[in-house]
Amino acid sequence: MDSKNGLPGWAPAAIVVGTFVLVWALIPGAGKNEEKKDGAFPNDQFPSTYAAYPSKPTLIRGATILTATDKEISNGDVLLKDGKIEAVGTNLDAPTDAVIVDGKGKFVTPGIIDIHSHLGVYPSPSAQETSDGNEATKPTTPEVRSENSVWPHDPGFTRALAGGVTAMQILPGSANLIGGRSVVLKNVPSRTTQGMKFPDAPYGLKMACGENPKRVYGDKGGPSTEMGNIAGYREAYQKAKEYRAKWQAYWKKGEGSEPDRDLGLETMGLVLDGKIRVQMHCYRADQMATMIDVSKEFGFHIAAFHHATEAYKVADLLRENNTCAVMWADWWGFKMEAYDAIPEGIAMVDAAGACAMIHSDDPLGIQRLNQEVAKAMAAGRRMGLNIPRAHAVAWMTKNPAKALGIDDKVGTIEPGKMADVVLWDRDPFSVYAHAEKVFIDGALMFDRDDPGNSPRSDFELGQFLDQGHTGGAGQ
Amino acid sequence: MKYATLATLTAALALGASALAQPAVTPSSSVMVAQLPPTNPPVLIRHGHVFTMGSAGTLSNADVLISGGKIAAVGPNIVAPANARVIDAKGKPVTPGLMASYTQLGIEELELDNESNDSSGDQAINTAAFDVTDAINPNSTLIPVARIAGVTRVLTAPVAGPGVFYGKAAILHLGNGPDLLVKPNAGVFVTLGPVGSDDSRGTRPDTWSVFRETMDDAREYWAHRAGYHLPGGSRDQRTLRIDLEALGPVIRGEVPLIVHAERASDIRQALKYTAANKLKMILLGAEEGWMVAKDIADAHVPVILDSVTNLPFHFSSIGATLKNAARLDAAGVTVIFEPQNDDPSQYARTVTQIAGNAVANGMPYEHALAAITSRPAAVWGIANSYGTVEVGKDADVVVWDGDPLEVTSAPTAVFIRGDNMPMVSRQTMLRERYKNLKDKAKPFAYR
Repeated sequence: MDSKNGLPGWAPAAIVVGTFVLVWALIPGAGKNEEKKDGAFPNDQFPSTYAAYPSKPTLIRGATILTATDKEISNGDVLLKDGKIEAVGTNLDAPTDAVIVDGKGKFVTPGIIDIHSHLGVYPSPSAQETSDGNEATKPTTPEVRSENSVWPHDPGFTRALAGGVTAMQILPGSANLIGGRSVVLKNVPSRTTQGMKFPDAPYGLKMACGENPKRVYGDKGGPSTEMGNIAGYREAYQKAKEYRAKWQAYWKKGEGSEPDRDLGLETMGLVLDGKIRVQMHCYRADQMATMIDVSKEFGFHIAAFHHATEAYKVADLLRENNTCAVMWADWWGFKMEAYDAIPEGIAMVDAAGACAMIHSDDPLGIQRLNQEVAKAMAAGRRMGLNIPRAHAVAWMTKNPAKALGIDDKVGTIEPGKMADVVLWDRDPFSVYAHAEKVFIDGALMFDRDDPGNSPRSDFELGQFLDQGHTGGAGQ
Repeated sequence: MKYATLATLTAALALGASALAQPAVTPSSSVMVAQLPPTNPPVLIRHGHVFTMGSAGTLSNADVLISGGKIAAVGPNIVAPANARVIDAKGKPVTPGLMASYTQLGIEELELDNESNDSSGDQAINTAAFDVTDAINPNSTLIPVARIAGVTRVLTAPVAGPGVFYGKAAILHLGNGPDLLVKPNAGVFVTLGPVGSDDSRGTRPDTWSVFRETMDDAREYWAHRAGYHLPGGSRDQRTLRIDLEALGPVIRGEVPLIVHAERASDIRQALKYTAANKLKMILLGAEEGWMVAKDIADAHVPVILDSVTNLPFHFSSIGATLKNAARLDAAGVTVIFEPQNDDPSQYARTVTQIAGNAVANGMPYEHALAAITSRPAAVWGIANSYGTVEVGKDADVVVWDGDPLEVTSAPTAVFIRGDNMPMVSRQTMLRERYKNLKDKAKPFAYR
């Protein structure tokens, strides 16, 4: 799960460590116990039990296909088979057992990926006992994991599915400087969170710039200032470096007593190893620049700045550092840090050659990310940028996949990718568009034309039995 | 030609002539335009697809003449007055200026910054007199952001505080200041029924006790108002005098009580009370309104809502659905739209998206457009001057580059009370400053 983002500053160290581990593991008798055999921090304590729902080979015929590789195929076909995209093109042959879906006048896109969601950790209804997104007890909590807070029965998952969302990153909130691990989920109904976990997706580490940690901890012992925030990250990463060095020395020696284990520093050690990706809430341009400096000081890489309302001011800096910017289409002004957001932000970051994308951070917004991308695309076009819809579609598919490190598996319509695919009843960049059919790993998870094929959470069962309220996707 | 009556054209010519008789004001520079009084030279918008939202319906290839701040003529082939500026709409939509029927525009700059947010009272009880008109800032940067997206009128309303009542709303125009006030005291807000898990107003019976007591006090006060200040002149009341004053027009049925309620049973309870006491009522939110749509329609109670709220955020809104707007509309309820309701002021411009999503989920297009133009004009009692593209109305007119309810569309020209508003906001200026990062010729701060 190493980053595929070229070779940023931290990469050489990670490669050296990786090589050492490989050589060391081959020495007979090396390692005194099972746990430290591979000389790396453990990273799979809550293994995914995800299994694709049953699927039939499906051929969508005669649709306009936005592949998210800057290509628009008119009158195109997509064949889904064994959970994968088998073929994409025109005039494909249908296997004899295939379900044929008439795509005439319709559009196909990759499944939408929301890189910033709190579904499950701030679920509906917002009962006190299920508001589990922020471990706001101390400013640095790398030891916590959002996956341990997710309530899989959040009805919000089903609504997002009806909006074409097939995967999302569930993040801890932004109260803390270092808020804990995120988790990437497939948007499938499951009794357990493990059953939703996107297989082999890297974890993220949620960090937060600016106003939130100051507001939460300002009169609870700090930090209370920007400089306090920065000192907080640096102190934490210094500890993580020392902790990692201690373990590396121990693994190298192969004997002696094991260092004390610290679950939070272990997570941060995995960040330093490049195995966990930093996903950082950061609004202002100057904050982003400062955090890039901090990341270089300690040798980690920031995968993406989230919210990034001022990313358009430093898009060149983000491009140079291979850091993505995750933005809203038109949210702004709810606080000082968001005062300078502009509707052209996504288009401007994209035009500068940096990696730009949409996000929701909202259980309603996640249902209409296609509309949000449409607004961002239109704003960019109005300022004179050339943005074909075949390009803009990447802002909700390919680019979030890249920032999450799952772009080898999802995010585009290409043979071999997971068959996470949405059939829209018209151009998805219209306010009137509906996701008509949503496939995840080839399985039809939501069908607008078939009320029986609409998942409902346990919570919504039995509400208003006699009044035609079904709950569930599409409600 | 069939849509334009003789009377319309005559009225148009008369208005046009009177406007022409006034001294012409010529702007000396483009900067001056924003400060001009509403006696600009006439403007003729040609070849529009005009959604009049009035009895003439939708006119393809029609013209709109704006003069003296008013709409002077509507119809095909209008002859431009000699000094008129002509805009060619090229067949694109022309609509009335839009109205967002619940915002804090003018009273809130940053939602999370107390110093710039005057939208909510601090008192635990009795805040009926909290009046947004004490706080309106015509220089708010939010206003140009909303108006260049076609929003020309808003209901500026208080936000619920800890009290059961939370204050008086006003109607504003978003044109040239300093006076944006169109109508004060457009309604008094009250929350009936808890709407959140940490609701500080207490339980439903708590809320209703305070509400009934306050309303009873107001009736008592108004029955013996002359003697209120005299020793022994009035019984001891828990409600502040200023709140009792504010509730006068409400108990007389002159000013609507705007009731925020989500659950169907809360809505029914509120309808019962207001009917028994002959109050004028408007519902806000009404996530489960569709379940009692007939009751709401029979009571002629309009509903302000956001069409995309479809999650059971609270136990009060378990029945929330995307079909709420369409179902209420089909039952004959007058539905009007608020913007995306988590930050309706910053996001006032989303009111078109809210209307578009209502259409996507079953509401007829013309009804959804009416829900942000002619219907709020009627609900808020300003239909004599706003809400349609008809002769004699204030010239709030928007020319669009596409379907006004479509997320990819935007205005190409916005008129408010006849003033052609510059298509500039703080956001467009930030865009211009940073649109070319490579150009090092001029530092950013000097752009």
